[in-house]
Amino acid sequence: MSVLEKVRPALPPAAAAREPRITDEHGRRVRGWELVLRYTLLIAVLALTVGPFVWQLSTSLKGPTEDIFGSPPRFLPAHPTLHNYARVADTIPVWDYALNSLKVAGANVVTNCVGSALAGYALARLRYRGRAAATLAFVLAMLVPVEGIIIAQFTTMRELGLNNTLIGVVLPGSIGAMNVLLLRNAFRSLPHEMEEAAFVDGANVWQRFLRIALPSVKGTLAVVAVFAFMGAWDDFLWPLIVLSDPSKFTLTIGLNYLHGTFANDERLVAAGTIIAVAPLIALFACLQRYFFRGVGEGAVKG
Amino acid sequence: MATSVVSRARRQLPLSPWLFAAPGLLVTGAFILYPFVSTLVNAFTDRRTLVPGRFVRLANFREVLHDDTFWTGLRNSALYVVGVVPALVVLPLLLALLVQKNIPGIAFFRSAFYTPVVASIVVVGLIWVWVLDERGLVNSLLAAIGIGRVGFLGDQWLLLLSAMAVTVWKGLGYYMIIYLAALANVPRELHEAAAVDGAGPVRRFLTVTVPAVRSTMVLVAALSSVAAFKVFSEVYLMAGPAGGPAGEDTTLVMLVQRTGTGLTGRVGYASALSIVVFVVTVALMLLVLRVDRREDT
Repeated sequence: MSVLEKVRPALPPAAAAREPRITDEHGRRVRGWELVLRYTLLIAVLALTVGPFVWQLSTSLKGPTEDIFGSPPRFLPAHPTLHNYARVADTIPVWDYALNSLKVAGANVVTNCVGSALAGYALARLRYRGRAAATLAFVLAMLVPVEGIIIAQFTTMRELGLNNTLIGVVLPGSIGAMNVLLLRNAFRSLPHEMEEAAFVDGANVWQRFLRIALPSVKGTLAVVAVFAFMGAWDDFLWPLIVLSDPSKFTLTIGLNYLHGTFANDERLVAAGTIIAVAPLIALFACLQRYFFRGVGEGAVKG
Repeated sequence: MATSVVSRARRQLPLSPWLFAAPGLLVTGAFILYPFVSTLVNAFTDRRTLVPGRFVRLANFREVLHDDTFWTGLRNSALYVVGVVPALVVLPLLLALLVQKNIPGIAFFRSAFYTPVVASIVVVGLIWVWVLDERGLVNSLLAAIGIGRVGFLGDQWLLLLSAMAVTVWKGLGYYMIIYLAALANVPRELHEAAAVDGAGPVRRFLTVTVPAVRSTMVLVAALSSVAAFKVFSEVYLMAGPAGGPAGEDTTLVMLVQRTGTGLTGRVGYASALSIVVFVVTVALMLLVLRVDRREDT
């Protein structure tokens, strides 16, 4: 950090091996007290961000006889039980709701990846009259705040007879304008030469798209897929408006219903929330870098 | 030769580009742009969910001005911006500084701090309803250290404040990642030069880090203020569909949802409210960008 450290003589290799130095990304040593301070703060923030999830998990595992209100609170269940999870399934058709969420999220991934890739390729590579207008349509659509048009989306769904269906839940976000523009930019940044070579070899537009362009934007496509899944799985306002039949509920709407009806049964609600959040945390654990990359790309564009 | 190939490649079959773009354009047109236009039109009618509307000129907007619930909603949504945006501009930056250095285990902390972003707002809302419950975790801790229990979810203002805290909590990790990318581009030499000049960590933060990531701060301010003004889920879940005690915690988007949906929904009136949401959102964006430009000069 300071200039003093730069002139510090390098430790002989043997000493360095005995006392492993913790260095930052520039190879400079991080001081001991600074390390202690950093880890203390990190653990404090960790308690704040992850603590509530752990508390919820712990509550969901506590049996009917165990005190969940005691002070000081007990973080570890004395006799962990899955009883509450079974009760959730008895109270609401939670596995049907999970399946509905999975259907909606899966469909949202497929439509967004396919639709955005096709449209993004058209905007980036194909020359045609009206391309500027098409691009503008997507830019405008990206700027419209969804909350401001949600009532009209609801009446549109009613006109199409698709309210209260899972298709109605998926459709409005099925090909996100931002995803189209993300893929347009990804395709534009590819070198032209490969596709031109393929063109000379007689490849038609479909073959060039499928065999050459698409494999080169896999990373962006993965980001789109991850965020499409998360967006659909987590969405609340739109499914709340469009779904009225309890048999069609997605998990988030089912949870809201569970909370509204059994608010005083904390163990039950806790088990329900864990069922809803566990798959996404697992997904995040496996595909972290796409989640992080998506933040960067979305922020710059959105 | 090369140029003729290029120009031939670019003079495509006239049909295929439109086939490629068609699904995207169809969805965007039918479910974003058409609803937008129809919101603008409906706002001047008395349309209901099951009743086609008649043109009523500015009646909806006149009613908005005399609607106490509207002013409550506008107040709460505006307060939300005031409360949430400064916290979301500053705290994630400090957090990014904390996780910037590659010390052992830092990848784990970065991921852990991001977990609230991944969870659905419904999950997050319900977790905090329980954590902040009269008999929940926070009150148990407060009781354990001798402070009395606080009814976070019973009082109009405490409720709104708690919802803001949850919004900040959920957003921290997201904006932290945005700041991390910006911090990576701050030249290290600037920090070292300031250190040589005898500037302490706080001075260096204010004179080196903040100016270097200023454009990112403006971006975060713009993104978070627009999102904060449109707040719905946090308050809906924590205060209930009716919006807390006597509906005093209703936000503008909650009012839109309550007014315009269901079989008796007043689509026309809700559309007028939606236009207010839309106009304020755009105004907030322009305001943030204007503040940015003024600071430049």
